[in-house]
Amino acid sequence: MDYFIETLAAALRLIISADREIYAIVWTSIWIAVASVGIASLLGIPLGLLVAFREFPGKRLLLQGLNTLMALPTVVVGLVLYGFFTRHGPLGNWGILYTPLAIVSGQAVLILPILWNMSITAAAGADPRLGLTCQSLGASGLQQGLIFLSELRFALMAAVVAGFGRAIGEVGIAMMLGGNIEGFTRTMTTAIALETSKGEFEFGLALGLLLLLVAFIVNLLLQYFQRLAR
Amino acid sequence: MKNIMNKILHAVLIAMLAWSGIALAEDHLRLATTTSTADSGLLEVLNPAAEAALGAKIDVIAVGSGKALKLGENGDVDVLLVHDPEAEEKFVTAGFGSDRQPVMHNDFILLGPTADPAGVRQATDISDAMRRISGGVASFVSRGDESGTHQKELRLWRAAQIEPSGRWYLSVGQGMGAVLKIADDKLAYTLADRGTYLALRGQLELEVVFADAEELFNPYHVILIDPAKHPHVKHELARKYSEFIRGEAGQKIIRDFKIDGETLFHPDVIH
Repeated sequence: MDYFIETLAAALRLIISADREIYAIVWTSIWIAVASVGIASLLGIPLGLLVAFREFPGKRLLLQGLNTLMALPTVVVGLVLYGFFTRHGPLGNWGILYTPLAIVSGQAVLILPILWNMSITAAAGADPRLGLTCQSLGASGLQQGLIFLSELRFALMAAVVAGFGRAIGEVGIAMMLGGNIEGFTRTMTTAIALETSKGEFEFGLALGLLLLLVAFIVNLLLQYFQRLAR
Repeated sequence: MKNIMNKILHAVLIAMLAWSGIALAEDHLRLATTTSTADSGLLEVLNPAAEAALGAKIDVIAVGSGKALKLGENGDVDVLLVHDPEAEEKFVTAGFGSDRQPVMHNDFILLGPTADPAGVRQATDISDAMRRISGGVASFVSRGDESGTHQKELRLWRAAQIEPSGRWYLSVGQGMGAVLKIADDKLAYTLADRGTYLALRGQLELEVVFADAEELFNPYHVILIDPAKHPHVKHELARKYSEFIRGEAGQKIIRDFKIDGETLFHPDVIH
């Protein structure tokens, strides 16, 4: 029981201490996850709407592929992108390995299938009359897309929230592509992994609580925006 | 038909239960050790021989020395094989370890890019080498994980009266293998144990830029967890393991363990 009491105390100390290093880590985690969700949304949501409203050969295969990719292990994404970003790899000249940008790309790849897939599901749940109405009013493809976007905003928001959760909670990509460099690419999850490997279990778990708190606040904000949009 | 399926299902269930029963009944010794002994491949030859001698399975938990000692402190393992003399002494003084004995040693080496921009090869001694690196013309990748290697590195900076910080000092908090890969990719310097470096040399461009100094000695000790603190530890089995790796057979395996014709660890009991 001491273990959990000690953990809670450590978590409280962390939050109160306003330790600059901790805040830098939290901030790195947040902006990286937001950036990767942004990229994945910009690609995944239009792709999702496109796939949902078009019939084409191989569609079922694509859907199954996307479902499978939802189970993509983070370390596998890290391993694949490492092959591209390493100094000897095809994109080695870009020099982005062990930078935050490498983590953003990896997490975007990781959650793209989630956003894509959940957007398809969201579109499938839309009122079928909506498309017909749009067509009868002579809306262009882009206009239709924008109408669906606003009509489906709640379901799409759920996709964004799921993507954000997966991005901010993953450790494999951040460790493999970011390198857990102090003051640069250290995120909350790699910091937890580090504290655990040092044997600082209580401090590691305290960081875990802090991560949940951050996720909670971000979700509160999203909910607030949803209410505004209503 | 349904009846037959039922019988098959029952048989499978019983077989699975029996199997897990056998697996649980097998004697297991839990060894927490550093990544260097596991990553280098030594334990893959040493432990099968030890398992045969002990008649028990050895479960290896390969982590940094800091975490290995912590696992020992919590009584989660039975025996330790680690290389952080100062922390080990504290561990034993605090009463967590009952018996600490030397097993083997190797040495630490400074690695760097072939071009050696900091001129570490021309260093007169280890402190001079550290000073040259701290000039910041190239990065230095630190384990930063409170492992034995990290502690050693910090002692070397202290001895050279350098406070390592700044853009050139990258504390990455990862294992030896990952740190070597990062240093290789970043054309940076790093401190490594020779064993892990030799094991991974084929995948690296890093070269040894400074070695063979007294300060770079790296001794490994086996520590038994004190049964007075943790009565559930398998003390007898742990003692047998310690005796095996320090005995004739174990020491011979350590001495004969080579990668590309180079000895990785030198036995300390029977030379």
